[in-house]
Amino acid sequence: MGFLHRHKGLTPYLLLAPGVLWLGAFFLVPLGYLAYQSLQTGSLDVGYAFTWAWGNYWDAINNYSSYFIRSLEYAGIATLLTLLLSYPVAYWIAFRGGRWKNLFLLAIVAPFFVTYLIRTLAWETILADHGFVANTLRTLHLLGQNGRLLATALAVVCGITYNFLPFMALPLYVSLEQIDKRLIEAAQDLYASHFNAFLRVTLPLSLPGVVAGTLLTFIPAAGDFINAQLLGSPNNQMIGNVIQAKFIQVSDYPAAAAMSFVLMGGILIAVLIYARAVGTEQLTGSAAV
Amino acid sequence: MTQHLTRDQLLRRGVAGASILTIPGLLAACGGTSKSSTGTGTTGHKLASTLHFSNWPYYIDTNNKKHTHPSLDEFQKKFGVHVDYTEDINDNGTFGAKIEPPLSRGQSIGRDIIVMTDNSKWPSLLVSKGWVEKLDKSALPNIKNLEPTQQHPAWDPNRDYSLPWQSGMTGIAYNDKLTGPVTSVGDLLGNSKLKGKITVLNEMGDALALVMLYNGDDITKVTDKAFNKAMSMLQKAKDSGQIRQFTGNDYGPPLARGDLSAAMSWSGDIPQLSNPHLHWNLATTGGDIWTDNMLIPKGGDAYTASVYMNYVYDPAVQALMVAGDPKRNITGIYYIPPVVGAKAEALKVNPSVANNPLIFPTKQMYANVHIFDPAALKNEKYLNEWNNLAF
Repeated sequence: MGFLHRHKGLTPYLLLAPGVLWLGAFFLVPLGYLAYQSLQTGSLDVGYAFTWAWGNYWDAINNYSSYFIRSLEYAGIATLLTLLLSYPVAYWIAFRGGRWKNLFLLAIVAPFFVTYLIRTLAWETILADHGFVANTLRTLHLLGQNGRLLATALAVVCGITYNFLPFMALPLYVSLEQIDKRLIEAAQDLYASHFNAFLRVTLPLSLPGVVAGTLLTFIPAAGDFINAQLLGSPNNQMIGNVIQAKFIQVSDYPAAAAMSFVLMGGILIAVLIYARAVGTEQLTGSAAV
Repeated sequence: MTQHLTRDQLLRRGVAGASILTIPGLLAACGGTSKSSTGTGTTGHKLASTLHFSNWPYYIDTNNKKHTHPSLDEFQKKFGVHVDYTEDINDNGTFGAKIEPPLSRGQSIGRDIIVMTDNSKWPSLLVSKGWVEKLDKSALPNIKNLEPTQQHPAWDPNRDYSLPWQSGMTGIAYNDKLTGPVTSVGDLLGNSKLKGKITVLNEMGDALALVMLYNGDDITKVTDKAFNKAMSMLQKAKDSGQIRQFTGNDYGPPLARGDLSAAMSWSGDIPQLSNPHLHWNLATTGGDIWTDNMLIPKGGDAYTASVYMNYVYDPAVQALMVAGDPKRNITGIYYIPPVVGAKAEALKVNPSVANNPLIFPTKQMYANVHIFDPAALKNEKYLNEWNNLAF
């Protein structure tokens, strides 16, 4: 204890140490290894050698650009859908939930008690060709007689939307819940309509939640492969499927590693553009304080 | 409340963030956590107390009431060796990717027997890399019961490292509520009535075998020309939306449910599903036959594993495993056993299964199935092209 007293400046670093060590061991080291691997050539049979094979990156972009674009597209649409679906829900819970707030929040998180894979498999049953949903849509002539829901892009996007909804709803709830209700009252006292008060007070104050939610949804969704694998057809596969198959089926580790980096780069660029558009202070949440 | 939730959310964000960021890294580094050697080395004629056995799901005799595996229980009673039986192999690629890193570093994977298919690159790779132990043939007199056709595979010509577990054929399954019999690969991949209602297997050897045989090509010696022809036929079927998905053995439930009319399918899966509307047949132009092989990964106990293999090569034991025993509520494996004399024994216990040609194929069926070229399975160019098509 005496030591810490004498070196007060060290305390923050000591407190940081576990986190830094954790990130170093389980994030930076594997990431460095992945980078190293992405510049190798070879195969499982003959072994891999480090050859500065930048061509792996070129091949990844050149041969799989359609998969990268499709992944960003599906993830983008799904993110937008989660936002549209969860904003009203989060708003309602934050402002009208009353003493049932906890219960409603639990209901949003409840699907997480079931594993990801099982939740997605359940959609296979829900969207089955002769299931209730497909039959109803056919009766209403919203779906052709030979049309189907399963193994389509729609199913993949719906699956991602469903699976990532809580990642959007919870940050939204937190930022809405923190809004000082007196600010809205003040706006209305100054003759703002409900809609105007929402547009000029509530919505801007909830932006940090929107930003956090979109990032938490978009980033993992772009790399997802389970939904495309279970709910998609061979023409709806995402880049995650290719990376997974390259790693596991072909044991082409360098190509898979290079693709992972290209995906990370792509996501980073998308996030930077987004951050620029909405303003960086929203990213850190400083606007809400 | 707010306080608590914020912390919750922070945690959630942190965990989510960390997991997103590290998944690729974890993948790259995976396998680094292999258990330390549980096998007690390789030589010596002393039985270990436990045999660690990794197999595929639904791939052993099962007592439906007690949910036990009678052949394993009897082995334990007879030899005093407890079998730690794990059903953790779902496809060759995934399991191979899991065991490759420790084996390549010379570490044990903590198992004495694993089962891998010869229509993937893995058995041949494991043998050529020296990642498996030699069988202890002094403990394996029953090796004499091995089917003559199975005795000399190209990748292990004297069966020094491997013994077949079961074999199976690849053919076409269909649901008679939705379609008439589908017996031709041309129909499967081209008939517009089946559009979007069929699946193709994602094991390259199986899928290509069926298509190449349909094209009249030789699957035991794959040429670039035959390969390209088969690939373009599959590509066309994929682009037109004829193929709904490429699958492992998860085509069963959608086929039974009616999402699929027909599927490329493995012979044992359909009898196991025991759904009266599902049927299986070889394609008229033929199919491939593959064999799952027991292998002893480096560091496993070769003697104990060999004693177990000897036990399952006893025709009576094999018959129980394959055909089950309805009187004792035991379901069998329903694939094709590699043991001579198993049929005679099975006839005594479960004649209906013993007479099922999917389990004990007729001479005519054997004449119509072939073994896929093992060299093609290791061809990187083929594998990459296949990967681009099917995944």
